[in-house]
Amino acid sequence: MRQVAVPSGVQEGEQSQLQHSLRDRRALISTLLSILTGAMTVIACVPLFSVLLMLLWRGGVKLSWHLFAELPPTAFEEGGGFGNAIVGTLVMVGIAALLSIPFGILAAVFLAEFDPESKTAAAVRFCAKTLTGLPSILAGVFAYATVVLLTGTYSAPAGGVALALLMLPTVMLTAEEAMKMVPARMKEAAIGMGCTRSQMVWRVVLPTALPGMLTGVMLAVARASGETAPLLFTALFSNFWIVQDGAPALMAPTASLAVLIYNFSGMPFENQIELAWAAALVLVLLVLAINILGQVFSRRRV
Amino acid sequence: MKSPTFASESTRPSISQPPSALDTFLDRSFRGLTYAFAWFTILLMVYLLWRVGRQATPAIQKYGLHFLTSTTWDVNKGQFGVLPEIWGTLYSSLLALILGGLFGVAIAIFLTQDFLPPKLELVFKNIVELLAAIPSVVYGLWGLFVLIPAIRPIAAWFHDYLGWLPFFRTTLSGPGLLPAALVLAIMILPTVSAISRDALSAVSPRIREAAYGMGATRWEVILRVLLPTASTGIFGSLVLGFGRALGETMALAMLVGNSNQLSISLFSPANTLAALLALNFPEANKTQEGVLMYAAIVLMAITLLVNICGAAVLRRATANVTGRR
Repeated sequence: MRQVAVPSGVQEGEQSQLQHSLRDRRALISTLLSILTGAMTVIACVPLFSVLLMLLWRGGVKLSWHLFAELPPTAFEEGGGFGNAIVGTLVMVGIAALLSIPFGILAAVFLAEFDPESKTAAAVRFCAKTLTGLPSILAGVFAYATVVLLTGTYSAPAGGVALALLMLPTVMLTAEEAMKMVPARMKEAAIGMGCTRSQMVWRVVLPTALPGMLTGVMLAVARASGETAPLLFTALFSNFWIVQDGAPALMAPTASLAVLIYNFSGMPFENQIELAWAAALVLVLLVLAINILGQVFSRRRV
Repeated sequence: MKSPTFASESTRPSISQPPSALDTFLDRSFRGLTYAFAWFTILLMVYLLWRVGRQATPAIQKYGLHFLTSTTWDVNKGQFGVLPEIWGTLYSSLLALILGGLFGVAIAIFLTQDFLPPKLELVFKNIVELLAAIPSVVYGLWGLFVLIPAIRPIAAWFHDYLGWLPFFRTTLSGPGLLPAALVLAIMILPTVSAISRDALSAVSPRIREAAYGMGATRWEVILRVLLPTASTGIFGSLVLGFGRALGETMALAMLVGNSNQLSISLFSPANTLAALLALNFPEANKTQEGVLMYAAIVLMAITLLVNICGAAVLRRATANVTGRR
């Protein structure tokens, strides 16, 4: 039994043709390249761990409940927090989700179910794919050219529109894919029972495709929560709560976590830089949580 | 033909019935609604382009193509040119592509060719994908306070000993092209490695096994059989990565140094189109706004061109592969 378990003939190599010796140039090159790519893979993981460790180390020490309840400090002020920025981020991502999810899913229903082969569908897909490759700063420029110039003020809806532009293609294209995955026999069974096409979509396609669509939505929301560039000159920043004197001040500059990190990282004051790190930790945790939620949905699909 | 079950079922009211007039009406309306939203997507694109184009028209008429070749950006004198920004955009993206592409493809090879047990492969795959989940402003923060201090001594060494090379001619005094390109490379790494990995695992195992059977070593198989076969997908991943790098804003606005100069040195500060927009838009006056809209159109044209070129080459390459089979 022992002789079977240990393939001695291969390792001794004298009698066998199947030898693996590093004195052979080809084997040596192969081994060296294997070590090289392995090392490159490990090196590529270093930035991630460095980022996460620095976030925990520099952002973690500052973490406390004050951060979520207080307003950002001015230059020489101590303490402070970024409660208004968290609210602002949630409000703007909420506006973006309200705009982009119905829009994206309705258009996706057309693309996947009603007229997939038409020229309209091809044009819509082209537009959506172009929007996918759109640099995020340009979404900001678009929202500026439309919402900010038309309403005459920097505002949360302007930021929401910019984020919605970035979410729309992701929501639309993943929803289309999810609906295409619904088996044709289920759709045909519904039609065979006398359903109209719309009833088929509402009762069969949408419920079946829901987990896949939610995954796409979660990906889009996660991406939008971390975006800074589109908010820089649409929502700007604010040192105040979004609710002032009991009424929500939507049509005014609005704070967001991402812009707070950007603004405070360039400041010479230690307190504000520490707050930037803490805000980065909160933002990364938020984005990771949404991503994990999306993963849970996609696993349920299988 | 009359089986007892069939007879007993037919006595019950059937669940299948023709649509009522209301059903038909709702069906028509809902179809119309989805059709309208599909068209909204197209109209949205047209409207956005029209709005931005209209804002930029005065600047386009005033500066014309000279805008693309001039190097001065002086708000007080009213002189604007984006040549340094175009150069900075392309140069930083190219550096990021070389580095990120090399690492991305190496990772894709390492994680598809059975170097590791499947569980460990999955762990590394998730780690690389996590890189994509971190917001770019956090990378910017990390770059400012961790990366720049870390590479400054290395940059100084290169400048001291290899300063005669044009790449190392200046010293790294803080933000500059190298840290920006490094962070960009980290950001495009997940894109490149994910798409390359798909391309490599799509290669039929028969081709691989045939090469192994002829006595090729693992790396002879990878370099001479796998990479050429998967080259289309790998090329696609590189083009997409390049497109992402061109439009990336925050990390560059924080790390590139925002200096309006043309330089080939890796350590000198530079600027990119996206960073220019991010930095100047918040406090722009009316004239500057038009000029910045013009710069936005230039950036959009470059990214569109790269994405469309990539798609066209990919389509032709795929057609070649499928045509041969």
